[in-house]
Amino acid sequence: MIQGVQIDLISAERLDRMTSMEKIRLILDDVMEGNIVVLEKGLSPEEQSRLIEMTMMEISPDGFSGIEMETYSAREGQSSPGFFGKLLGKKGPGARMTVIGPANQMKTIKKDKDLISAWVSSR
Amino acid sequence: MNLFIRTKKRLSRFLSAFLKKRQSRIGIYGPPNAGKTTLSNRIVRDWTGDALGPVSEIPHETRRARRKEGITISNQNGNSLTLDIVDTPGVTTKIDYQEFVEYGIEKEEAIKRAREATEGVAEAMHWLREDIDGVIYMLDATLDPFTQVNIMLVGIIESRDLPVLIVANKIDLPDAAPQRIMKAFPQHPVIAISGLEGDNMEELYEHMLKVFG
Repeated sequence: MIQGVQIDLISAERLDRMTSMEKIRLILDDVMEGNIVVLEKGLSPEEQSRLIEMTMMEISPDGFSGIEMETYSAREGQSSPGFFGKLLGKKGPGARMTVIGPANQMKTIKKDKDLISAWVSSR
Repeated sequence: MNLFIRTKKRLSRFLSAFLKKRQSRIGIYGPPNAGKTTLSNRIVRDWTGDALGPVSEIPHETRRARRKEGITISNQNGNSLTLDIVDTPGVTTKIDYQEFVEYGIEKEEAIKRAREATEGVAEAMHWLREDIDGVIYMLDATLDPFTQVNIMLVGIIESRDLPVLIVANKIDLPDAAPQRIMKAFPQHPVIAISGLEGDNMEELYEHMLKVFG
């Protein structure tokens, strides 16, 4: 039987239709099954913060040990929306393509401003 | 004490608590082993003679956020600032108890530490969202700053419009390259220090007065 890893690529349109908690749950459920998740459009800083918090709650001895996540920094020139921007519903610098996998299967080999190189193993 | 004086004192306490703006809470954030507790202890010791918590080479030694209230820092020009310092557990996206076993800790104790460490990271994130007014972001200057946790945390801090100072720590070590950190985060002031040796602390305090004042 061929050994392999499932990769789920989630489109920006689908992500736009989901609430923050739905996105986080989808990512964690998928990653905890040993899959790699690629988000066409990444998470907002607030969602990233919640993802870290929820990941911590799922960690268990000899089981799930957390996530490896890679994305690029915000584009140069993009800054926080400021007070009025927030009033108008802006959420901050646009989130960028993101790869998330189980920490025990995915390792980052190289990460630069414009290049991310990762290695993935099957379970 | 007669009733009038007691009532007056109570009223004055109530009014001062109601009207007075609370002191800024400055969170010391960063990945595990960046030297957050060493710096917290240094700041607290320099201005109060006290300390905040134990330091260790084993990651996740700080597994609960610790706050020291009412630290007043000042400079020679007479500028001063009173704030609370919050030492937070190192933030990461993964914790494996085997990491502690590798440091010679028994399995049972390692599992307990790992559980406490996960709670500590969640606690640190909660503080950042709810209760922090400014951030000192600590980085080990001997390591590559382009990690996901650093990029993510600086992004979270920026999205909350919190004033931030980035500290390139451990400049007493031969491999330290604070310029790498300056290049990685050009949008923020970066101060190179050694929390352990106390090098360049004056510059850090000057920047704290400027950024958090």
